[in-house]
Amino acid sequence: MSTHPKALKITKRALLVGGLAVGGGLVVGYAYLRDKPGTAGFGAFGVAGTALNAWVKITPEGRIILAVPRGEMGQGVYTAIAMLIAEELEVGLDQIEVEHPDVDGKYANAFILTESMPQFRPLIWLGERVAAALPLIATGGSTTIRDGWEAMRRVGASARMMLVQAAAISWDVAFDECEAKLGVVNHPKTGRSLSYGDLAEAAAQIKPPADPQLKPPSEFRLVGTPAPRIDIPAKVTGQAQFGIDVVLPGMLYAAVRQCPLRGGRLVSYDAEAVMGLPGVEAVTPVHGGVAVVAHSYWQASKALEALAVEFEDGGNGELSSKSISALYHEAMDSGDVICVREEGDTKRSLKTSAKTHEAIYELPFLAHTCMEPMNCTAIVKGDRVEIWLGCQSPTMANWGAAEGAGVETDKVTTHVTFMGGGFGRRQEVDISRQAAQIARAVEGRPVKLIWSREEDVQHDSYRPAVLAKFQAGLDESGSLTAWTNRLVLQSVDVGYGQRNLPALLVGDGSDDMSMTQGADDLPYALPHLTVEKVVMDLPVDVGYWRSVGHSYNGFFTESFIDELAALSKQDPYAYRRGLLRQAPRHLQVLNILAEKAGWEIPLAAGRGRGMALHESFGSVVGQVAEISLSAQGELSVDRVICVVDCGMTVNPDTIVAQMQSGIVYGLSAALYGEITLEAGQIVQSNFPDYEALKLAAMPAIETYIVPSTDYPGGVGEPGTPPIAPALTNALFNATGKRIRKLPLKNLDFLSL
Amino acid sequence: MVYTLKVNGDTKTLNIDGDTPLLWVLRDHLGLTGTKFGCGVAACGACTVHVDGIATRSCVLPIEAVAGSEIRTIEDLAQGDTLHKVQQAWIDNQVPQCGYCQSGMIMAVVALLEETPQPTDEDIDNAITNICRCGTYNRIRKAIHQVAEA
Ligand code: FES
Ligand code: FES
Repeated sequence: MSTHPKALKITKRALLVGGLAVGGGLVVGYAYLRDKPGTAGFGAFGVAGTALNAWVKITPEGRIILAVPRGEMGQGVYTAIAMLIAEELEVGLDQIEVEHPDVDGKYANAFILTESMPQFRPLIWLGERVAAALPLIATGGSTTIRDGWEAMRRVGASARMMLVQAAAISWDVAFDECEAKLGVVNHPKTGRSLSYGDLAEAAAQIKPPADPQLKPPSEFRLVGTPAPRIDIPAKVTGQAQFGIDVVLPGMLYAAVRQCPLRGGRLVSYDAEAVMGLPGVEAVTPVHGGVAVVAHSYWQASKALEALAVEFEDGGNGELSSKSISALYHEAMDSGDVICVREEGDTKRSLKTSAKTHEAIYELPFLAHTCMEPMNCTAIVKGDRVEIWLGCQSPTMANWGAAEGAGVETDKVTTHVTFMGGGFGRRQEVDISRQAAQIARAVEGRPVKLIWSREEDVQHDSYRPAVLAKFQAGLDESGSLTAWTNRLVLQSVDVGYGQRNLPALLVGDGSDDMSMTQGADDLPYALPHLTVEKVVMDLPVDVGYWRSVGHSYNGFFTESFIDELAALSKQDPYAYRRGLLRQAPRHLQVLNILAEKAGWEIPLAAGRGRGMALHESFGSVVGQVAEISLSAQGELSVDRVICVVDCGMTVNPDTIVAQMQSGIVYGLSAALYGEITLEAGQIVQSNFPDYEALKLAAMPAIETYIVPSTDYPGGVGEPGTPPIAPALTNALFNATGKRIRKLPLKNLDFLSL
Repeated sequence: MVYTLKVNGDTKTLNIDGDTPLLWVLRDHLGLTGTKFGCGVAACGACTVHVDGIATRSCVLPIEAVAGSEIRTIEDLAQGDTLHKVQQAWIDNQVPQCGYCQSGMIMAVVALLEETPQPTDEDIDNAITNICRCGTYNRIRKAIHQVAEA
């Protein structure tokens, strides 16, 4: 996720494999051949040269089963993959069953590191399970693919061609005379037909085509049309199984209390006093704290509450949001500055500018608050471990469980369930490590660990707090000539790495591209540009939060552009347009946005309109927010217009849903979101003090998708970055006051 | 203590600590995991069930306070293969994303519509105060209106 999107357009040699499935039938999937197998980083984990992604299986009974070793967290990944496969396989979407394969320890090592990062990029899976699960592997041609978009289609197309070939052979007719349709191969000339199920075994003996023919997008019948999501029916009846719903025979329950002090640790606890409480089975130390195991979750929670625990502060007892902010300001002026990008001669340009403008922005730490609190169920028997959880990274879950139980990673089997939200949180080793530690303490019995919401809020991997400074130079005519941007923040790559990865993979943040993503690659014409950062080291855990660096850089850059528009007395739309002459894709989004929003139509007094435009993960999103301020100083966000260019679309209905979702997530943060520290502890603990937007506060949202034949971009994250600046730019429009700090709940709009 | 309640039409007798919240009784003792845990402090609505027909947050409701009551959970909405009209509207409008909040949402909405079959937007705003971190609110509103207009 920290990787630059362009780097993710993977150009890898990929190997199509197909053959006889376990239990009969045809299996087709993709193996990736990494460019540099055995490089230091990956080699350290014994990762072999190939890895396999999702695969499709056709049983002799004609069932078409798609295995997606990847978590569904509401982003529609199951459906999107199924659509890509169904398109080329020539079956209906309703003919495909999707299943979560278990990730066996034997193969889990093969999920390479990149798999753990791009959690919102559903089209990348790596794993080598299939290759090993196939008793017979016919190898197709090695070829170059760009990523899952093509890979999935190739899997579908290859399977279809193998099935057609099998039919052609059995009828002794030419391949081209046969056609595949809705799970049947027909020979129109003679009126014969055979179902995929009938052909599966014979097709498994055929070598996968070296270069399967893909449909041109103009012939898509499914991809690009709104399709109902496969996972939705189970989610309206309460039947969908989330990690927290896992039930095993004889299962125990565990509750945990972790050290609330940043960088602190557990000193002691009085187990004796609670061992006699109803249902209590064990009290055991875990990474970061102590857990109580009981016969029900309620008993475990109650005993935990009664447990006297002593923590020490690790020397950070004085840490507070105030002290952190002071450190940041100091670092802004005198920290170790790393230049990330330099174009032209910004210094000279600033000096010779007719006018300069400077602004400082500051954003707080943010929590994820996934709707489903962190949880994991585990059982340990000798050197074998099994875990059940909803996770964005089976690799991390596996590593955590292995460490927690003290076994090798190949001894862990991971069962992946639905996730009640992920947003970047569910890819840490913490929860599976604790669950395995507890399961080790009650060896032989399954135990379900559930974090309270308080633990979830206080032990998150937070979106970093950021301080940003901008300077701009303008010439006599008001044209923008120079732009400098310095960011002060912690590195999420470092934070995530320290918590989750072997030390040799953890850098110092200097090359963490996520810190400046969305700040150093602006679409605007900026002849003299400098983007710098100062990497902070603090005892606050930071991690990947929906849209990562874009979440703050989108706010900063789109606010500052708005400031410059105002400074040069230009309309914010016209101003941006002037800077986008070299960026036709962005310009198109902006123009559609202005038109759909009725940008030229004046608003009544007390109302305001603001816009923002931001590219992330290969997609360009523009948003306009319309707000009202009541005479009592109450803010209401009335309407959001959202235009997205995410290239070719798979399921447009999911794109609309993801834009809404990203907007709500960003709005919650802009309005209410802040994690603060006092005396070394996180102040907030649950929804009453870490609020989320509710239905009554919802704006109307209109989403427009720009038709495009470009390569598909992401949709889970790009909806989030523009909403905060669109909102504060609207407030500026209404009040003339620039907002450089969030959340807005701390502001008194009456005194603006 | 032994408590008796009626859950989804069946009488259940449990020997359990009286302060155990209904949420955990349903989930851990009766195996009805459709009702979710989100906050434990009556702030999110993920645990919403019907207690004698009223939408109630079960995470802070001790079993001793509901002994003898009739409880209805998400598992009881569909009759066989026929979904409740609210569930159907949820599918028609493709409401759920991660889905975790939706049991509580649907139970809150069913109770609202039983009381107010034709709710205004304001009625909906006041009645549906559950949290959805995936931000499915606008589709929820649309689905409610669809049911009301049917
Ligand atoms: S879990 Fe009951 S209201 Fe949140
Ligand atoms: S659908 Fe995910 S929290 Fe509501």
